[in-house]
Amino acid sequence: MANKFFISCDEATTICDKSQYKEASFFEIIQLKLHFLVCKVCALYSKQNNFLSKLYKSKATNCNKESICISVKEKEEIKKQLEQLKSELSLRNNLVL
Amino acid sequence: MAEQQHILYPDFWVDKHSDYLFNFAIARINNYDLAKDLVQETFFAGLKSAKNFEGKASERTWLVSILKRKIIDHYRKINSIKGQAEVKMNFYENGDNEGSWIEERVPQSWDNDTEKSIENEELKQQLDYCISKLPEKYAMVFTMKTIQEFETEEICKELEITSSNLWVMIHRARTQLRKCIEDNWFKK
Repeated sequence: MANKFFISCDEATTICDKSQYKEASFFEIIQLKLHFLVCKVCALYSKQNNFLSKLYKSKATNCNKESICISVKEKEEIKKQLEQLKSELSLRNNLVL
Repeated sequence: MAEQQHILYPDFWVDKHSDYLFNFAIARINNYDLAKDLVQETFFAGLKSAKNFEGKASERTWLVSILKRKIIDHYRKINSIKGQAEVKMNFYENGDNEGSWIEERVPQSWDNDTEKSIENEELKQQLDYCISKLPEKYAMVFTMKTIQEFETEEICKELEITSSNLWVMIHRARTQLRKCIEDNWFKK
């Protein structure tokens, strides 16, 4: 617990990833900044992470524009199978009755 | 005044709900065929348990709740498959170096990580490739959080995981992706 302010690279980069979504706590940010003072590798990771977040964001914007649909043919196929299941079920129910 | 009772009309399910359910599924599992299968299974399960429908929720809400179960089942299945697409660790897991970067996975300087390259189509294809290389559960959680932009709380609720669990997966996915993009894009 004495090392509350000194965290490992694994922990630091976890906080760094969390902060990319603005979900790291204030205390975590302090831990992270302190870690950067002694660790250039994680500082580099953080810089690259900002770049990657922008890349992911641009993919997110692309994706959210699309609305994909099941083709008519595939829908007909599902309908057919559903119909079949329905008749099987009703057959079974009749037998029970 | 009595509350409105909802009734199921299975004959119209495919026309009325399949696109909605499909988009719901694909946002979470990012695989066309699998999403389609889950929608189909949802209709089947719905038909089989139609007699348990109490009419309190709308037909669509009820079908979505079945689909959500199917998605959790799928997540549990991929979560329990051992050895499939082994995760490469980026940090030592034990010993004196626990929590430190593994030498060959230490981030290297990128010379062309400029704002311009974000719009580069090839880089985007590279990203798709790298996401496809992730173990499925990491890809699923990463995509839900980062690409589909779901709230942390919502993902945790839907997949029945804790938030620390989620952050570990996001962290592993992102360190993997960083390394994959570095190897395939920046090292050329």
